[in-house]
Amino acid sequence: MSDTLVDYDEAVRRYDPVIGLEVHVELGTVTKMFDGAEQSFGDEPNTQITPVSLGLPGALPVVNGTAVEYAVRIGLALGCSIAPSCRFARKHYFYPDLTKNFQTSQYDEPIAADGHVDIELADGTPFTVAIERAHMEEDAGKNTHVGGQGGRIHGATYSLVDYNRAGVPLVEIVTRPIVGAGALAPEVARAYVQTLRDMFRALGVSEARMERGNVRADVNVSLRPTPDAPLGTRTETKNVNSFRSIERAVRYEISRQAAILDAGGTIVQETRHWHEDRGITSAGRVKSDAEDYRYMPEPDLVPIVCDPAWIEQIRLSLPELPAARRRRLTDEWGYAEPEMRDVVNAGALDLIEATVAAGASPAAARKWWMGELARTAKTQEVDLGDLPITPEQIGALQRLVDAGRLTDKLARQVLEGVLAGEGDPEQVLVARGLEVVSDDGPLLEAIDAALAAQPDVAAKVRGGNLGPVGAIIGAVMKATRGQADAARVRELVLERVQA
Amino acid sequence: MSADLVRLSAATLSQALARGDVSSVEVTRAHLDRIAAVDGDVHAYLHVSDEQALATAAGVDKARAAGEDLHPLAGVPIAVKDVVVTRGLPTTAGSKILEGWVPPYDATLVSRLKAAGLPILGKTNMDEFAMGSSTEHSAYGNTHNPWDLTRIPGGSGGGSAAAVGAYEAPLAIGTDTGGSIRQPAAVTGTVGVKPTYGSVSRYGLIALASSLDQAGPVTRTVLDAALLHELIGGHDPLDSTSLTDPVPDLVGAARLGAAGDLSGVRIGVVRELGGEGYQPGVLARFTESLELLQAAGAEVVEVSCPHFDYALAAYYLILPAEASSNLAKFDGMRFGLRVEPSEGPVTAERVMAATRGAGFGDEVKRRIILGTYALSAGYYDAYYGSAQKVRTLIQRDFAAAFAQVDVLVSPTAPTTAFRLGEKLDDPLAMYLNDVATIPVNLAGVPGISVPSGLSDDGLPVGFQVIAPARADDRLYRIGAALEAALEERWGGPLLEQAPELETNR
Repeated sequence: MSDTLVDYDEAVRRYDPVIGLEVHVELGTVTKMFDGAEQSFGDEPNTQITPVSLGLPGALPVVNGTAVEYAVRIGLALGCSIAPSCRFARKHYFYPDLTKNFQTSQYDEPIAADGHVDIELADGTPFTVAIERAHMEEDAGKNTHVGGQGGRIHGATYSLVDYNRAGVPLVEIVTRPIVGAGALAPEVARAYVQTLRDMFRALGVSEARMERGNVRADVNVSLRPTPDAPLGTRTETKNVNSFRSIERAVRYEISRQAAILDAGGTIVQETRHWHEDRGITSAGRVKSDAEDYRYMPEPDLVPIVCDPAWIEQIRLSLPELPAARRRRLTDEWGYAEPEMRDVVNAGALDLIEATVAAGASPAAARKWWMGELARTAKTQEVDLGDLPITPEQIGALQRLVDAGRLTDKLARQVLEGVLAGEGDPEQVLVARGLEVVSDDGPLLEAIDAALAAQPDVAAKVRGGNLGPVGAIIGAVMKATRGQADAARVRELVLERVQA
Repeated sequence: MSADLVRLSAATLSQALARGDVSSVEVTRAHLDRIAAVDGDVHAYLHVSDEQALATAAGVDKARAAGEDLHPLAGVPIAVKDVVVTRGLPTTAGSKILEGWVPPYDATLVSRLKAAGLPILGKTNMDEFAMGSSTEHSAYGNTHNPWDLTRIPGGSGGGSAAAVGAYEAPLAIGTDTGGSIRQPAAVTGTVGVKPTYGSVSRYGLIALASSLDQAGPVTRTVLDAALLHELIGGHDPLDSTSLTDPVPDLVGAARLGAAGDLSGVRIGVVRELGGEGYQPGVLARFTESLELLQAAGAEVVEVSCPHFDYALAAYYLILPAEASSNLAKFDGMRFGLRVEPSEGPVTAERVMAATRGAGFGDEVKRRIILGTYALSAGYYDAYYGSAQKVRTLIQRDFAAAFAQVDVLVSPTAPTTAFRLGEKLDDPLAMYLNDVATIPVNLAGVPGISVPSGLSDDGLPVGFQVIAPARADDRLYRIGAALEAALEERWGGPLLEQAPELETNR
């Protein structure tokens, strides 16, 4: 059974897509959300557990303070307001990976609400995504179905549950409906999750490794005939776990829903599954008979009270976020927007920042990394950062140029030497004997020789016609194998003829 | 010697042990013998842990011989209600669904008992998941009232009360969600205390209703209750709702009360907890007790708590709602009973349904259905939400009353012990047993039940004292004063008037 699809460009010409994302991030705390079990990826199944994370009779939860702090950090980074007091709630549904058959989550009192995230598409288009809320909750265990095809429950003969993940702290971030993206909706979805991933890492709240499921996205998509029409019925595609898949899943849903609407059909509100291998979504649970989770306030936990002074303290300790850092550095370095975008896309931002810190001017640092080194990296098919040269070495090289000890041309030869493993710029310079000749003695000798070798030119220059002086300078540069500073040579020539 | 040892209070045993007059092994063995002799008739215990109890006792005796510093209750044996998890000892909460489950961890209060060296005699019978007022809802048979084996021992903690009342343990642990410590104490002529909510850790108590549950002492004397309460009380970082306050000087309060002077104490009689529905003999004993307290110097006034009339209704929404959630984890997936459907596919969902269908008793199912309904979308505000508002009003009634008086008093239960089976088919009549104890849980305040004599039917009646939150010491002062005055009148403890149980030795 395969879906009828409308060509994507056709679909977005005829319909206005609206998307929404629910992103779950596993917090990188030492212990779980509500108990002292350690959480670490890849341990033997069912070893990171306590009576609490196993939901044994009598066990009680206690809130992990670090997880709350991380949630506040995320909330503040999203520009949300932090609730002075908030509660946990129980969300009930029966499933074997949920030890208590309810998930301890937040319902009507999330810790953070009303924020926004500024994102940038690959071509530099800025876009703002409005955030409805961010709330804390616990992860469930992990089911493994054995005996069916491709690990699916259908046809499985038995299932195993690993509760190591049960109780791992999560923050769920919910966007408001993202409107106005038009044909760029899939790209917006991708860039949004990428921006969040970078943010989680910068905040130090999660390793945010997509391949480990640290960050998981549920993708909502609906179509409407025009941007001023009411929102259409949405589908929710669960657990789309790579940037590329997020983009593909949105595209797929847009094409699939457009085909249904074109044929006069209606969209069923349902959860859908993403099939990475085939690049399609398939129907899951129908949500029409609105699931009843029987939410109730969690009576085993007292409300979380966030002291305003504590929130301020966290706000002050927030690291600079990637987008803000980019804006600041663009200003500080005086780069043009497209220049900065190239730098970011080339992965050169950190390298240039370190090079500037090592004493190079921002322009010089960009010139090295985006010029000579970018070419080298491309030729060698490696990342810029993997070249055998450090920002400190580039800084030292540039300092030699600035001090007049190397010309640009000589500097490139020194760079070659550094890349070849011949040592630091200073060492290469000495070893290869590349230093600019700055001692006037040898230069004057060379000048006298040049003047003597070209008496007609010498005569013109002496007569006040400075036009042909270049011929003398050229001869001197040649004689010193390019290691002379041409400007100094010119000065000396003029002194000589006027003496 | 053995027959006498079981009649001693924990405080007396503590002194005898400290002096070396008797060993913990002797005391423990005496109680195990008593259990063997009478529990066939009483059925207070679901599990007797003779070996572990004797091993603990031997350890305490050895430590004492070595001159180690011991807790005052070290070596005094204790019974624990089966709703409290005990590492290595079966814990069923009176339910088939936990048959054979042996917990891998101890409740915090059990850890404290063990650390203090109290040999645990065994686990006591109870209504399934503490739902009931007669212990008849146990999946493992009825417990019989030591005063009359044809009658109920109260509930849900009928096992603990009967064990203490039948001299099968000097001390026991109970839990009280709507009266499950105090009502059994009242109908068995024993002492039971429901501490301030949050003052005894709930970690390791199989939850019935999280916002109402509280563990407490079940004993034969007020002083014994104070000794045990001080041991199990105090902050526990594993329970988020645990209070950080230090435990008040409860033993000191009990001793002060026993001295008999209540000058300056103001006692409020709750108008709404008396009158219609209360047995005349219950009211007569209540009035006599009040007179004794007055004679001791207390001032008695009447106070009104108008919203108590709605307590039962609110309680039977809050309790089932929380219980339906707390009991969701019993699904046959990780522990306890597992039942596969007799026909059709064996899916996780169908195993859960079959397990819960076979494992839960009728009363539990009734409350799960009630609670599930009360929490449903569209009904939450009308039921659970309204009940929480009533709860707030009841808390305000208490606050207003405690602005006028130091403690409130009432009969603990409206009637004496009824006959086994008498109310089993009438849940509402059963629920009414807790009408005087429920408001205390809804407000989180502490309450005690002290024996106040026998009704016209010759069965024990309880007198309830209620104090403000964190003022548990007042329960002990007033309770001990009443106990002393009544025992002077009776010429000894009320339990001495109980008929001798036949022993099958």
